[in-house]
Amino acid sequence: MTATAQTQAIRQPVLEMRHISKTFGAIRALQDVSLTVRAGELHALMGENGAGKSTLMKVLSGAYRPDAGGEILIDGVPAATGDPIKARAAGIAVIYQELSLAPNLTVAQNIFLGNEPRRFGIVDRDQCSRRANEIIARLGVSFSARALVSSLSLGERQLVEIARALSTNARIIVMDEPTTSLTSRETDSLFEVIATLKAQGIAIIYISHRMEEVYQLADRVSVLRDSGYVGTLERADLNASRLVSMMVGRDLSAFYKKDHRPPDAKRAIALSVRGMSDGRLLKNCSFDLHKGEVLALAGLVGSGRTELARLIFGADRRSAGTLELDGKPISIGSPREALDAGIAYLTEDRKELGLFLDMSISDNISMGVLARDARAGGLRDFAAAERRAAKAIADLSIRTRSAQANAGSLSGGNQQKVLLARLLETEPKVVILDEPTRGVDVGAKSEIYRLIDNLANSGIAILMISSELPEVIGVADRVLVMRDGAIAGEVTASGGEPLRQEAIMELATGAAQE
Amino acid sequence: MTDKTMTSADQTVRSRRLRTAFAALGMLPVLVLLAAGFQFINPRFLTETNLLIVTQQSSINIVLAAGMTFVILTGGIDLSVGSILAAAAMVAVLVSLVPDWGLLGVPAAILAGLGFGLINGLLVAYIRLPPFIVTLGSLTAVRGIARLLGQDTTVFNSDLPFDFIGNGSLLGIPWLVVIALSVVVLSWLVLKRAVLGTWIYAVGGNAEAARLTGIKVPLVLLFVYGVSGLLAGLGGAMSAARLYAANGLQLGQSYELDAIAAVILGGTSFVGGVGSIWGTLIGGLIIAVLSNGLILAGVSDIWQYIIKGLVIIVAVALDRYRLQAGART
Repeated sequence: MTATAQTQAIRQPVLEMRHISKTFGAIRALQDVSLTVRAGELHALMGENGAGKSTLMKVLSGAYRPDAGGEILIDGVPAATGDPIKARAAGIAVIYQELSLAPNLTVAQNIFLGNEPRRFGIVDRDQCSRRANEIIARLGVSFSARALVSSLSLGERQLVEIARALSTNARIIVMDEPTTSLTSRETDSLFEVIATLKAQGIAIIYISHRMEEVYQLADRVSVLRDSGYVGTLERADLNASRLVSMMVGRDLSAFYKKDHRPPDAKRAIALSVRGMSDGRLLKNCSFDLHKGEVLALAGLVGSGRTELARLIFGADRRSAGTLELDGKPISIGSPREALDAGIAYLTEDRKELGLFLDMSISDNISMGVLARDARAGGLRDFAAAERRAAKAIADLSIRTRSAQANAGSLSGGNQQKVLLARLLETEPKVVILDEPTRGVDVGAKSEIYRLIDNLANSGIAILMISSELPEVIGVADRVLVMRDGAIAGEVTASGGEPLRQEAIMELATGAAQE
Repeated sequence: MTDKTMTSADQTVRSRRLRTAFAALGMLPVLVLLAAGFQFINPRFLTETNLLIVTQQSSINIVLAAGMTFVILTGGIDLSVGSILAAAAMVAVLVSLVPDWGLLGVPAAILAGLGFGLINGLLVAYIRLPPFIVTLGSLTAVRGIARLLGQDTTVFNSDLPFDFIGNGSLLGIPWLVVIALSVVVLSWLVLKRAVLGTWIYAVGGNAEAARLTGIKVPLVLLFVYGVSGLLAGLGGAMSAARLYAANGLQLGQSYELDAIAAVILGGTSFVGGVGSIWGTLIGGLIIAVLSNGLILAGVSDIWQYIIKGLVIIVAVALDRYRLQAGART
């Protein structure tokens, strides 16, 4: 009886958002969304990119004021809206994807940045480090309050952000795709911290595209679609196909599309990689990539997959290794040479390494073939760029009002399609895709899978790096697994048996050896 | 079918042109307002003679600022243009003194400028030193070379074979102005019509993405610093032609600051990737109108400095505000 009473006390709704709508001019970004979050629960918020998750969180954090009629209740008491300072005082904290720490200050200084404990108007350093240590101890993490933030890993920095939230006595913490740039070990320690926070009665709103994480963590899941609220599932009712269909509003029975291509023995070798090393992480990596196959490169974050891809593409310097394309040895010293040879690479970090956000979609798509399209005297052929853009927008169903819009104005999935279009314009024979569906919504994901399948069927050789095992299983014909900078082994679908997730994980973690 | 797609492509190209034109015009109202204000204070401002003086005075700065636009579009900076101008002007006058070959002073100055620019470019592009540091160094070193060239004296040539550049006219328009406008039009052609121009914007927008797209980033950087040096060399020839003389110590002092101010007034982003040459032209004209107008209004030299500085800051602040308001809708 007392136990039930206790659970009920913890399970009180700490936050209620009621009838939240938000319009920008003629655009309706949120339409009558209500959300209830209980103390001590992890409430996952899912939905395609553009479904309204970020807008809802901005209303919560006070960055946006909801339209008339919407209200936010904290502990059942109406709270001020549209005021970030009051929202913070009311216990709402948002951990942003783009970390906002000062790298050259200590952990303690960062935790209290702009909110320093003072004595006689001077920052009280003793109190600062004492309270910082208390908060860090609450999180159960290993670094010191005196450490410089620049010496911490990305995952540890995220924990500093959480510590900062705790320093303002936050009771509702919003995490927006917190694991995107974390290694699996860092992800694990983040999850431990999340468990600690929950045990202390703190509510967490967790935005993620990763189904596995949501399964592992969520007490409840709410889904938004097209600016509206679709529904909330209790942990017991979670199931993948139901979640996906709630998000996309249609049944995705053929989510992963993979035609049954003939076994690779019959196919010619497109790219042959021998003895690739970079003198740092990569050690003697060799494999063959066949025409018309999708070869997945699986492995844990930090196992050297991206490094290997960049080495093949000539983006980094290699210390040893040779390449053969269509049986002929080729020498690649720069991305330009790789592209000229017919090898194209899709980066995993589209904003930092891929797009020109201030340039038009059309320019972004044609960027790799400008010289090929050029008219006499090195002048641009704008009509050719327009044709390429129009075709790509139609073929890949890129959703934009105009090919002249800036690439920065597109959603994640459409930006990814622009990069894919740019890559295809170079007419590659070998395509290396590094996390092609990272940060992409479900609808765009299935379109990208269809595209990969079509490319493979047209005879292009595809090397796909992916951290999502269901994606690897669903899309690839064959899987190479990397561990500690070397190729640990290969997993094939032999004799009609599908690819086994367990086999990949064993190779990736080294469990198979022991 | 093909006809139809062609015309729609033409239309989007046209609407793009309109939009870039509009963006470049951002500072035009400021220029017009300033001109109207000075006309109100002193009716001599908007006379043909005075306007010719204004454009003539602005022409060298506009040539330097055109080169600076290339560099700043890649996210770099070139602090050495004033010193390069001085060295190139020395070269121009010295070569002009060679009997029968005096006309070669102009190409010699341009080549000298190009050479200094390429050295800047090599250090930035291939040794990967920060542009600010490299050109701060060459600002000092090239100033020294300029003084060395004339043994630290002023060199004269009262019979300069190419003095028409500084003092002659073509169909009533001063040659200085003709050259400055040609530089602007050529720069526009490279930046907006040539493949190279799109690469320059791409490198400024995201250098690493440009490299992964197959753009030879070091070559692009070498080009922009080369252009900046070359145009500073041209500026040196123009300056020598105007003065019949050159002085390694005084000529071109702090010209780089006026050039940078013109580029920034013109709306080009300091981090690179965004901007236009037409904006630079308007920025250069604003600076010239300010100097000339304040003199005509009888403002003292000291106050001219203060007012010019404030106008630059306020104009750019207004521009930022306008752009943000536009982005919000």
